[in-house]
Amino acid sequence: MSRLIAGAIAASMALAPSLASAADAARGKELWEARCTGCHSLDANRVGPLHKGVFGREAGTAPGFSYSPALKNAGPTWGETTLDKWLAGPSQFVPGSRMGFSVGEATDRGDIIAYLKSVSGR
Amino acid sequence: MSIETITAPTSAGRRGLLRVGGTGLLSATAVALLAGCERMASTAQAQGGNAANDVQILNVALALEHEAISAYSIAAASGLVTRQVLPVAVAFQSHHKEHRDALVATIQKLGGSAVAAKSDAEVAKALNAGSLKNQTDVLRLAQRLERGAANAYLGVIPSFSDRNLAQVSGKLASDETGHWVILSQALGDPIAPKAFYVG
Repeated sequence: MSRLIAGAIAASMALAPSLASAADAARGKELWEARCTGCHSLDANRVGPLHKGVFGREAGTAPGFSYSPALKNAGPTWGETTLDKWLAGPSQFVPGSRMGFSVGEATDRGDIIAYLKSVSGR
Repeated sequence: MSIETITAPTSAGRRGLLRVGGTGLLSATAVALLAGCERMASTAQAQGGNAANDVQILNVALALEHEAISAYSIAAASGLVTRQVLPVAVAFQSHHKEHRDALVATIQKLGGSAVAAKSDAEVAKALNAGSLKNQTDVLRLAQRLERGAANAYLGVIPSFSDRNLAQVSGKLASDETGHWVILSQALGDPIAPKAFYVG
């Protein structure tokens, strides 16, 4: 039995990287529309900054949006790793930032990031 | 339920929908929210204070409520909403005004400065209101905003340092979900096929 459990764990660990690399942008679009559009649009600054072009953009630099000093001075460029940390806990990643919304599931974050990447022409 | 058969619980009219600003009196929701914040203020102080973080979150929520209030004003002024549907928009907008008043009072109670509302013209541009051609378009926009708001309120719950405010965020999410459900029914959308369809 213990061998069976160990095998299952090993199999799931082996599977993890492939899941991470197989982020689903189509599912990410659905998640983004459900969870992010309360504050964000692709093409316009609203409660939060516009999202088109966010992937690859330096934090705090969307034209015309008024950022918190914390995010404006934080300096990360948004990519897979930085967006994942941001969505997992914005105030932990950039203390003093305004966004309190977080996405708990790593798979959901990966899919949303894949969608944001796709709409940023990356 | 169809678009033309949804009705509001009150007879509030267009003038009420377009009126800007509160009465200066706190609603029951605001009183309840503030009661929670009295506890939060003392708790945060005892713990070294996370109130500043909570004020940041509350101000984002306030900006969202400002936008919702403007969106319903824009809808009413568009001429695309029928007399039968208008009272529903009035009722929903009144809820958002109560949310706004409660949030402003709480932010100020915590020593913060409440974020100001953008003009209706700014909001209309950001929401691309010029593309709305008929009542269904208007209801789709409202539906999208209400679902987004519900999910936003749920998504910030883990970030509050005080459980009382987290609970209030859940109550706000419930109000927005109620709006979303009514709009979805009016638009004839099917029932969500799976559970956990909000959040």
